[in-house]
Amino acid sequence: MKAIFTKDEYVRYVEQKAPKSKVMKNILRAFLVGGVICAGGQLITNWLKARGVPAENAANLTALILVCVGALFTGLNIYDEIGRFAGAGSIVPITGFANSIVSPAMEFRSEGFITGVGARMFVIAGPVLVYGISASVIAGIIYYLLRF
Amino acid sequence: MAEKRIGRQTIKIQNPVRIVSAAGIVGPKEGQGPLRHYFDEIIEDELWGEKSWEKAESKLQRETFAKALNKAGMSTGEVDYVIAGDLLNQCIASNFGLRESMIPFFGVFGACSTMAESMSLGSMIIDGGFADNVACLTSSHFCAAEKQFRFPLELGSQRPPTSQWTVTGSGCVMLSNKGTGPCITHVTTGKIIDMGIKDANNMGSAMAPAAADTIIGHFYDTGIAPESYDLIITGDLGRLGKNICDELLRRQGLEISDRYNDCGAMIFDMERQDIHCGGSGCGCSAVVLAGFIYQKMQKGELKNVLFVATGALLSPTSTQQGESIPCIAHAVSIRI
Repeated sequence: MKAIFTKDEYVRYVEQKAPKSKVMKNILRAFLVGGVICAGGQLITNWLKARGVPAENAANLTALILVCVGALFTGLNIYDEIGRFAGAGSIVPITGFANSIVSPAMEFRSEGFITGVGARMFVIAGPVLVYGISASVIAGIIYYLLRF
Repeated sequence: MAEKRIGRQTIKIQNPVRIVSAAGIVGPKEGQGPLRHYFDEIIEDELWGEKSWEKAESKLQRETFAKALNKAGMSTGEVDYVIAGDLLNQCIASNFGLRESMIPFFGVFGACSTMAESMSLGSMIIDGGFADNVACLTSSHFCAAEKQFRFPLELGSQRPPTSQWTVTGSGCVMLSNKGTGPCITHVTTGKIIDMGIKDANNMGSAMAPAAADTIIGHFYDTGIAPESYDLIITGDLGRLGKNICDELLRRQGLEISDRYNDCGAMIFDMERQDIHCGGSGCGCSAVVLAGFIYQKMQKGELKNVLFVATGALLSPTSTQQGESIPCIAHAVSIRI
């Protein structure tokens, strides 16, 4: 095989031959579904505020409700179908974060509650937490120093 | 050179080694595909009454082996060796599925090339006079493979257009030096070929050069004319890998397009079943061989088949470490 292609040539040949993701279609779908999820979140917030919940509590409660809905839809085997259609549109909102924790918890249930569910639950969300929290700590330190 | 060895990669089987029976069991999605009428059983759901995907895959092997044994009219005591393997870590589907069989067992790992690898070894064992009957089988399970190699099933992610769908299924052939059935005449053993593809979602492209290399090696070693085969069939290159393999062969002067196909490109309906580039997994080539090819050969609709199962020899660890994917393809020539 090396007679007709070097490795680099072959990798380039495959890249040019492989079917490409339909970027515009994916962006449109992500925009629609992501938009619907976020609009739903806004509706919940508005509804809570209208019932007299203070703004800060309303935001926290909204996140809580969306996480529950994301977890519920994952358990009902619906969220993966939404994800297949929407891509980033259902991964980026907080419902996607819930999905990324609940789905491995379900998958590794067969290895028990300690080495399965407990150990594997954060296999996807773990890096998000590690780097998200690290970044916010660094930002906090910079903010603290800038105040002097 | 050893007397049965006819080239760098190929041996000629000199005593008759016949495929006296074959059986295949598949999952529900494969059971909706265009080859559904060729399978012995289509399971209703992917757990098949078991508590885990891994247990279900073991059951697939156990039941498929039982069917092949039954069709051959043999008892377990007549089978001298079982040669089996699968995709799960430490080949647990085979080890656990066959632990009650009480038959001398060889576990093999050739990733998705396992069916041709086990048949190669089984043919040599029988031709060498070391056994009368050898069962060769393998399996894969979509859910168990996703869990081990990719993401949890319920994770809402998109699959890239080059990805393939692991077949849920198990195929078994019973080889024997007696009886009736198609004969295995040549075995061409693949070399590990790595052309630098690193994308685990594009395994057809990674494996195509290995398939082309083994096919060329087979014709070079044997001197057989490609036209003498009714069908040259690769294991699980899928739509993209099949096109690439075909083109690689053409560029090297071997024109087989009119008799070339790929199990991964045949087992699903590409337009209707949302599987992107086609089927993959050990079970893919195994069930197509045990179902479609074997039945066509028994009816005489196919007379000479070159079965080339292809395997991507990667692990999740090697992928995470940024390694490219070494691949292999083993060929078995089957004639009636």
